[in-house]
Amino acid sequence: MPHWRGSDLMHQTWHPTASAANIRARADLLQSIRRFFAQREVMEVETPLLSHGSVTDIHLSAFSTQFAHASDGKVKTLYLQTSPEYAMKRLLCAQIGACYQISKAFRHEAEGRWHNPEFTMLEWYRPGFDHHQLMDEMDELLQLTLEVEGAQRKSYQQVFEEVLTIDPLCASDNTLRRALSEHDIDIHGDAPLDRDAMLQLLFSFRIEPVIGQNVPCFVYGFPASQAALAKLNEQDPRTADRFEVYFKGVELANGFNELSDAREQRLRFNNDIEQRAALQLPPVEHDERFLQALEHGLPQCAGVALGVDRLLMLKTQSDHINQVISFPICRA
Amino acid sequence: MANYSTNEFKGGLKIMLDGEPCNILENEYVKPGKGQAFNRVRIRKLISGKVLEKTFRSGETVEGADVLDTELAYLYTDGEFYHFMNNETFEQIAADEKAVGDNVKWLKENDICTITLWNGTPITVTPPNFVELEITETDPGLKGDTAGTGGKPATLSTGAVVRVPLFVQTGEVIKVDTRSGEYVSRAQK
Repeated sequence: MPHWRGSDLMHQTWHPTASAANIRARADLLQSIRRFFAQREVMEVETPLLSHGSVTDIHLSAFSTQFAHASDGKVKTLYLQTSPEYAMKRLLCAQIGACYQISKAFRHEAEGRWHNPEFTMLEWYRPGFDHHQLMDEMDELLQLTLEVEGAQRKSYQQVFEEVLTIDPLCASDNTLRRALSEHDIDIHGDAPLDRDAMLQLLFSFRIEPVIGQNVPCFVYGFPASQAALAKLNEQDPRTADRFEVYFKGVELANGFNELSDAREQRLRFNNDIEQRAALQLPPVEHDERFLQALEHGLPQCAGVALGVDRLLMLKTQSDHINQVISFPICRA
Repeated sequence: MANYSTNEFKGGLKIMLDGEPCNILENEYVKPGKGQAFNRVRIRKLISGKVLEKTFRSGETVEGADVLDTELAYLYTDGEFYHFMNNETFEQIAADEKAVGDNVKWLKENDICTITLWNGTPITVTPPNFVELEITETDPGLKGDTAGTGGKPATLSTGAVVRVPLFVQTGEVIKVDTRSGEYVSRAQK
């Protein structure tokens, strides 16, 4: 497994883990992203990092802190955002128009080769676009920043059929279980995996390493059960209008044709909250102001979030995220 | 023995798996943006020597294995057990054939070996990376060949057979890399 290594100086913990060249490369990358959006008249916005509500997704965990100086005298729990999605959609509901943000996002989870609990996210929204139009724009951004040829585009069903000869939308749970063992994915412990976990393992371990090797690969049409905040597809409601981008084995971005139905969104939140309780995960407060904004009306739009640190890793051919972050969590 | 959570996984950590002590070789945290987190771990089973890949759910805990490496000098074999001694405390310990395995062919008296103990019992014996052994039998070879092209088999005092250059003769002591089983050079006199 690759490790970040440097001079002896780099082993002193006051020192950045990123080289001076990579710190410079980050500055250049941020500048070219801002130029890209300025040319397209997409406005840069800022939204809070601290929020009263948080994400309900059972696979995301937020950092929280106590605010002891609220005007009503009560101590309040505030969450560090896991993505600026809700706040940016509130801006869209307020008719702010096409907008982007480069901000820190926080996830209370382990560090790893591709993960730091605090990371930089580029998120943007395009009113009037569907997810395919947004993929076109993202493709242009990747061509510009990574100096690569145009991306491939494949459906989730297609990549499963090509790589594993399995139809992910029709295959029984037993077929998926068999596929895991045929592909030597050996899970510790006896607790059964749910269908989405099995699909995600097959995808992460066997599909991600082979797609998008020479040019980025957009994968769209994820199963409806993994819709997150995407609309379901009108022609095939077994799938959601959600896409991800993979390049050289890295998950680089996640985008949606955004769900604008407030009732459906409330149902998904409630469903998550029930699942969290069943799994004995810490309870979270959903973002009521976001739901109120959706009730007011979200324009038809598509949005995407891209991991800037990972983009920079690809650009600088780094094999550990610590090579592109000045002070990762272990030195923060 | 302590339990370890997947957050503590790293190369060199010893854990119990299927009742067997194991050494973690590599650990990678895998977390799709919209999915469950896993740790993908390469593991060597310390008794069978098998290397395998196992996937853990992140946050899971596993039992640690009480595994310790010690440096001991090889003394002798009584035919059933192989006896080693700590040169500082003079404490002796016996390893069975299973623990020694194929490495028996590199064991030379007084050489310092690494003995891996699990709950105090030897489970593997690792010889030094380089050992010097006498050739007990090899074909005389062609006079004047110093290029060492092709080479020839030579039997060593421990019974090991290695390929040596043609110019090396019976009775000479040679240096062998035990990890690859390859001839390195004639021993320094």
